[in-house]
Amino acid sequence: MTENLQPGHEQYAEDLALYAVGALEAGSCAQLEQHLKQCPACRHELEAMRGDAALLALAVSGPAPPQRSRQRLLAAIAAGKEAQPESLRAFAVRRPWWSFAPVFASLLLAIFAILLLRENMSLKQTNDQLKRQVSDAENENQKAREIVALITAKDAMHVSLVSAGSPPAPHVKTIYQPSTGRLCLMASNLNPLPAHMTYELWLIPKKGAPMPAGTFKPDAHGMAMMMPENPEVPAWTEVKEFAVTMEPEGGSAAPTSDVLLQGS
Amino acid sequence: MQNAESKEVGKDAALIHRLRASDEAAMEQIYDRYSGIVYSVALRVLNDTGAAEDVLQEVFLQLWRNPDVFDSSRGSLGAWLAVIARNRAIDALRKRRPETEVENVVLSVDCDLENETGRKISIEKARAALAKIPPEQRKALELAFFQGLTHTEIATKTGEPLGTIKTRIRTALMALRKAMAEK
Repeated sequence: MTENLQPGHEQYAEDLALYAVGALEAGSCAQLEQHLKQCPACRHELEAMRGDAALLALAVSGPAPPQRSRQRLLAAIAAGKEAQPESLRAFAVRRPWWSFAPVFASLLLAIFAILLLRENMSLKQTNDQLKRQVSDAENENQKAREIVALITAKDAMHVSLVSAGSPPAPHVKTIYQPSTGRLCLMASNLNPLPAHMTYELWLIPKKGAPMPAGTFKPDAHGMAMMMPENPEVPAWTEVKEFAVTMEPEGGSAAPTSDVLLQGS
Repeated sequence: MQNAESKEVGKDAALIHRLRASDEAAMEQIYDRYSGIVYSVALRVLNDTGAAEDVLQEVFLQLWRNPDVFDSSRGSLGAWLAVIARNRAIDALRKRRPETEVENVVLSVDCDLENETGRKISIEKARAALAKIPPEQRKALELAFFQGLTHTEIATKTGEPLGTIKTRIRTALMALRKAMAEK
């Protein structure tokens, strides 16, 4: 008697026999199981081979199990029955798979709720952090506004202190940030300008021609402030020094007069 | 005291049906009918009476808790229990988790195990069939079935080529089938 295999499936015969007695290597099992899913003839032959192998088990001779095994089993069954009311036990025996759906749904909901809770806590922490950052920024902004308001207040007194006995000299302070190209200028004791003229700030780089960095005019007290909205000076310019000249109204592309003030 | 005949009442399929209604008397009949086969197989694999009793307990409790794991339309309950006992004993021997779900163990065997007389005849026939198999084929088959060795492990243990072991196992199963089919 031979296997009842489909023609062309003889190559599975030995693997089926090994699989039937649990002797097929794990690596080959997956491949055969894939084939079994699609081949009813090989599945049928596997069942027959398992039946053949079962004869080995039936042929075993040995002593009868001890009586205590029977008592142990019946005690375990009785204990199981006592642990469950009749109605529940009957339900458990006949329970279809879909009757567990509510349990799975509850478990999924619980997991989802825990994940949401964790997400919520994380968002709350982020929110608190952002609030603190906004609060800090508002404080700094307020401080800056107060400084600007004081400097630009029409009734504010601007007093520059110089060495006793020396006449007040024009003084310009320039702040330049290379990373952004932004700059700011604060000047005091500037001499009044002739009509149609303006002061112009120049950035003199280490290499190349002076770059115009904004124009400014002093007020009645000789004070001036300048902070160009859009920096004309490229960022990361290597600065040699700053200088101020007097130029025609509107400023010049290159200095047209002598340097009045300079500093590095 | 019950005699042998009174214990034999009820076909396997009917007993399985009664198990679904948690009928303890049905469970007792199944146990009395097949515990000898189950225990012998477990003892043959494990060679330890205590461990074999544990397998016996586990196999019958599993059937009690879920009788639907056995499909009575597809074969003999006795042969199925014997194979499940063998699988669980091998798992215990190799100290591993159960590798095969009992629901996936489907087998077909044409022998009458439901009544004591038929059972005795079938078992004697199986023993005779096994005795007819050449020793080298029988050894390869028994190393796989009772020791849970893979064909590679059997080849290493016996010093035989891998292909030879494969052929011997298949030929031995076919010889068993042929011998059982003979009248």
